[in-house]
Amino acid sequence: MTNAAHSGATRTLVSPVRLAQPRGRLLYRLVLALVLLVTTIAFVGPLYWMATGGFKSSQELVRTPPTLFPTHPATHAFTEAWSRLGMGGLLLNTVVYAGGALLFQLLFDVAAAYALSKLRPVLGNVILGMMLASMMIPAAALVIPQYLTVLDLPLVHWNLQDTPWVIWLPTVANAFNIFLLKRFFDSIPNELLDAAAIDGAGPLRVLWSVVLPLSRPILGVVSIFGVVAVWKDFLWPLITVPSHETLNVGVNTAATSMPENSLIAGLFLASIPTIALFLVFQRNIMAGLTAGGLKG
Amino acid sequence: MAVTLTRGPSRVDAAGAGPHDRFAALRRSLVRNLRAHAFLIGALLCFVLFTWYPMIREIVMSFQRVHYGETQWVGLANYRQITADPEFWTAWRNTLEFTGIALFFGFAAPFVAAIVINEFRHAQGYLRVLVYLPVMLPPVAGILLFKYFMDPGYGLFNQILHAVHLPTSSWLASKSTAMPSLVLVSTWGNMGSATLVYLAALQGIPGELYEAAELDGANLLQRIWHVTVPQTRLILSLMLMLQVVATMQMFTESFVLTGGGPEGSTTTVVYLLYNYAFNYDKFNTAAALGVIMLLVLGCFSALYLWLERRGREE
Repeated sequence: MTNAAHSGATRTLVSPVRLAQPRGRLLYRLVLALVLLVTTIAFVGPLYWMATGGFKSSQELVRTPPTLFPTHPATHAFTEAWSRLGMGGLLLNTVVYAGGALLFQLLFDVAAAYALSKLRPVLGNVILGMMLASMMIPAAALVIPQYLTVLDLPLVHWNLQDTPWVIWLPTVANAFNIFLLKRFFDSIPNELLDAAAIDGAGPLRVLWSVVLPLSRPILGVVSIFGVVAVWKDFLWPLITVPSHETLNVGVNTAATSMPENSLIAGLFLASIPTIALFLVFQRNIMAGLTAGGLKG
Repeated sequence: MAVTLTRGPSRVDAAGAGPHDRFAALRRSLVRNLRAHAFLIGALLCFVLFTWYPMIREIVMSFQRVHYGETQWVGLANYRQITADPEFWTAWRNTLEFTGIALFFGFAAPFVAAIVINEFRHAQGYLRVLVYLPVMLPPVAGILLFKYFMDPGYGLFNQILHAVHLPTSSWLASKSTAMPSLVLVSTWGNMGSATLVYLAALQGIPGELYEAAELDGANLLQRIWHVTVPQTRLILSLMLMLQVVATMQMFTESFVLTGGGPEGSTTTVVYLLYNYAFNYDKFNTAAALGVIMLLVLGCFSALYLWLERRGREE
């Protein structure tokens, strides 16, 4: 890699001229190698230990010095983890929670953002302001009244505890989603919508066949982060769905009563779905993180 | 500016201004508004039920108590009870300690990582994926993993420290090291997202600025201080605020790893709130603690907004 290879790219902190000199090139390679080594150990190391730990026996797990490879690889820790944790049930619960949350978020947040951006009803800006203000509220501080509210929903007096609704509905009250979606919808020219309206399309039709097809990138971002948020949540599912636990909560509940190698195997199994999701949707996730940033 | 999604000719009629036409225009605007609010209603109801109503309810119930199924107004009794509990002050001290250490590491580490990664012409994609991997784990899986690494006896960390002849640590088992250990776990698990946000911000810095600074004789650190930091100031301050608000709500790490111990040294404010509600069955006192939390973090957010506005005006 010489100067010529990246002369087109914007320069960064270190000047390309400096990098092209023999000393600079050597230093660059040294730093690169060091950083690669350290970050690989720091971030893949624990995951590697987790992935191989399930194949070891409990005695081997606590051996000093630790073994790099399992000496007698066995899979029974995985089958034991699966049955002891009730992994199938936990996984199913979590998928149902995450899937439903995703559906309700897409349905209600998209509709709301569309109304606020394009239909602009009376008091729309006041409502938007109040929604955005709720981003400032620390979620954990409201957990007590939220919990009491879902135990006995106002007016209708339904108890939502241990039903999926208790996970699904609160995820809709996500100001950040509405903010992202509205900002994206704002960038869609009104002329496009007017043209469709003149052709006789009602607002729902315009949303469905003009706005949504244009909004695929932002819908992808909102969807992935919606699923991941439910998957990673701890305090709320801990108190609201105690008998139909999520993966994240269930692993912790069972942790104290399991042999160590089975627990490690269980942690590994529990990590596979989101890691797979990440490796598949890497690009969208990276794009989503910047969409949340302060551009525009 | 506002889009009228009614059919074409209607706007022309409205100018005709007969009493009948005016009525028709009014009706159209009413229909338009009702329709728009129909799109809003789902999200609006969820906000009312799960954010706005609970907020009011928390304030109201913090002044009440339930005696044999009967709700009574008790003034500031809940606030007196919670502030008289020595654990209240410990919990705030612990939380501030966690926030402080987490900011020092969790704020600096991603920024430094982003600056370094941004310099590389190779392996950028690999490094991005790497730092973000832990963010995608179910938090409990990552946290429990560290329980094994941090075991004072057979734990990997002490084995490594021992092998390179450094003093070993008792990690989670001792009062003085438990909180820093939790920061380590939390930073490992969360620094990926901040790193990627900073990386995106760094890539927006025009190269000419660095060139100009270099011509002026600025060395590496001076270039970071006079170009990189001011150019990313907005995103840095926003992330700082988000991080403070997030770390002030720390709960999972304590709950899973230490149970608030040893000797209450990792009991955070949210942990105490959870205990009051679900272990001591004192929901109203927990609500008072929630209100105090809202006030403290609300003041912090207001301070941030004020500083931010002042910074922008200058």
